[in-house]
Amino acid sequence: MSFNLRGTLAIYKFELARTWRTLFQSILTPVLTTSLYFIVFGGAIGSRIDTMGGVPYAAFIVPGLLMLTILAESTANASFGIYLPRFTGTVYELLSAPIGVAETLVGYVGAAATKSVILAVVILATARVFVDYHIEHPLLAAFFILLSAVAFSLLGFILGCWADGFEKLQVVPMLVLTPLTFLGGTFYSIQMLPEPWKTVTLFNPVVYLVNGLRWTFYGQADVNFGAAITATLGFMALCIAVIAFIFRTGWRLRS
Amino acid sequence: MGAILEIEGLQKTYAGGVTALQPTDLTINKGEIFALLGPNGAGKTTLIGLVCGLVRPSGGTIRAFGLDMARDWRKARARIGLVPQELSVDMFEYVLPAVTHSRALFGRPADPAKIEKLLKSLSLWEKRDQRISALSGGMKRRVLIAKALAHDPDLLFLDEPTAGVDVELRRDMWQLIGQLRDQGVTIILTTHYIEEAQEMADRVGVIDRGVLQLVEEKRALMARLGTTEAKIALAQPVSAIPAALEHFGLAIEDGGKVLCYHGAGEGEVAPLLKALLAEGIDFTGIDVHESSLEDIFVDLIGRNHHDQEAAR
Ligand SMILES: Nc1ncnc2c1ncn2[C@@H]1O[C@H](COP(=O)(O)OP(=O)(O)OP(=O)(O)O)[C@@H](O)[C@H]1O
Ligand SMILES: [Mg+2]
Repeated sequence: MSFNLRGTLAIYKFELARTWRTLFQSILTPVLTTSLYFIVFGGAIGSRIDTMGGVPYAAFIVPGLLMLTILAESTANASFGIYLPRFTGTVYELLSAPIGVAETLVGYVGAAATKSVILAVVILATARVFVDYHIEHPLLAAFFILLSAVAFSLLGFILGCWADGFEKLQVVPMLVLTPLTFLGGTFYSIQMLPEPWKTVTLFNPVVYLVNGLRWTFYGQADVNFGAAITATLGFMALCIAVIAFIFRTGWRLRS
Repeated sequence: MGAILEIEGLQKTYAGGVTALQPTDLTINKGEIFALLGPNGAGKTTLIGLVCGLVRPSGGTIRAFGLDMARDWRKARARIGLVPQELSVDMFEYVLPAVTHSRALFGRPADPAKIEKLLKSLSLWEKRDQRISALSGGMKRRVLIAKALAHDPDLLFLDEPTAGVDVELRRDMWQLIGQLRDQGVTIILTTHYIEEAQEMADRVGVIDRGVLQLVEEKRALMARLGTTEAKIALAQPVSAIPAALEHFGLAIEDGGKVLCYHGAGEGEVAPLLKALLAEGIDFTGIDVHESSLEDIFVDLIGRNHHDQEAAR
């Protein structure tokens, strides 16, 4: 046995089944939240704001809001997926099974990313109700959404291994991800920032994600699409390296 | 009988600095039931965790089915089952899907008929649609056993399978373990009920403070360290022991009304009784007590701790 395909599929299906069981929180909550953003920022406030480089404000914020949800949900799902069995103790079965880093990655991270992609589709459909937007490069958009979902599911997996309490599970998304996404140019163009913030903001990885996705929508953004893809791939590689390290040393999983 | 598990120099020191297992050698034979006995904190769960991949060894090698666990762990683990000491269950999982999931996790193709048979053999079939978290402790334990058996392991670890289980369920468990052995499954179990080891095990290992003190065939152990005591109530009091009975080493008690016998191993109570009758000594009652594995165990561990105290 070199790669445990059946075991991997079992984990993948098990994790997705958890989503269906909690369909309400999993899909409806994020959809409701983003809808509120569209109504408030897009509809109410957006109508009084100028177009952003020719794109109406309501449409301008669609990619950013979508990215915000993908990041938050990917991280939350993947971290919960591995943290819960650690918390209940059922992780013993996973650790004693012929399951290695490859199976875990495809199973847990794959399931979390799948869920985020499904959610992204639902949110894009919902956005249509409130906003008139178009996607200039749909294939690249789909690819970029997938890439971001995978990257942040990887981050979530690491978080789920690291956390030793439910609070910690929430602290990172709250204290790190939320500020980074809000300062990541979802609601504004970084061209609007004064120096030095314009430069400082380029160190925020979320800027590349939001603008990368925005470019696939409207063909224009604050950063180059190539730079966005490179940054995301780099982040992904870093996360995979950390996870490989976790498995090699048994950190937080094996005593 | 070949070896199914070979452990050499295996040791574990936890991150906190506790050495739970001193370098240990142990070989488990194919098809046997091996009982690991020892007081709380002796290192039983640690030893099991090391073999099953839950605990990382600090040193030594483990070979299962002739495979090196450090290299061929996927292949080896696919044939090992584990029932943990703690009752860990998923809060949202249901019995049948959980057991089906376990089989897939270990890389085996789905086999609903086999799972049905397994659940029936554990009296879980009626509960298949229930939430595991809503089951009683004993039933949860059965679910964990079903999960561990779902992939037809050749080597099964049972970490205190009968802790907190009622008498009836314990009997069932013993029966199940007997059946598994008949199917050729090798079983390593830990227990605090020594009567359990006495009832089922082929060999016993006694571990204390991370040191495997002794590994021996149960029968040989009992013959070597066991004792038999018999008290024979006589119809007529005697004042002295007849010469023909002297080699039994009898003692007279209760003013000659009771004869006391104390022998090693399984003793020779039957020859003694025959000799008594031959001498024309009639008796009204006999009370025989054979020491159990428990007596041996308590003795061994007690002596051990005494020696360690004395060494200080
Ligand atoms: N994860 C861990 N980290 C640090 N120390 C541990 C860990 N697990 C066990 N120990 C320590 O290792 C020693 C052996 O523990 P172990 O659980 O193997 O004992 P045991 O024989 O199974 O005991 P019991 O009969 O109570 O189940 C104990 O001193 C325990 O405190
Ligand atoms: Mg234990």
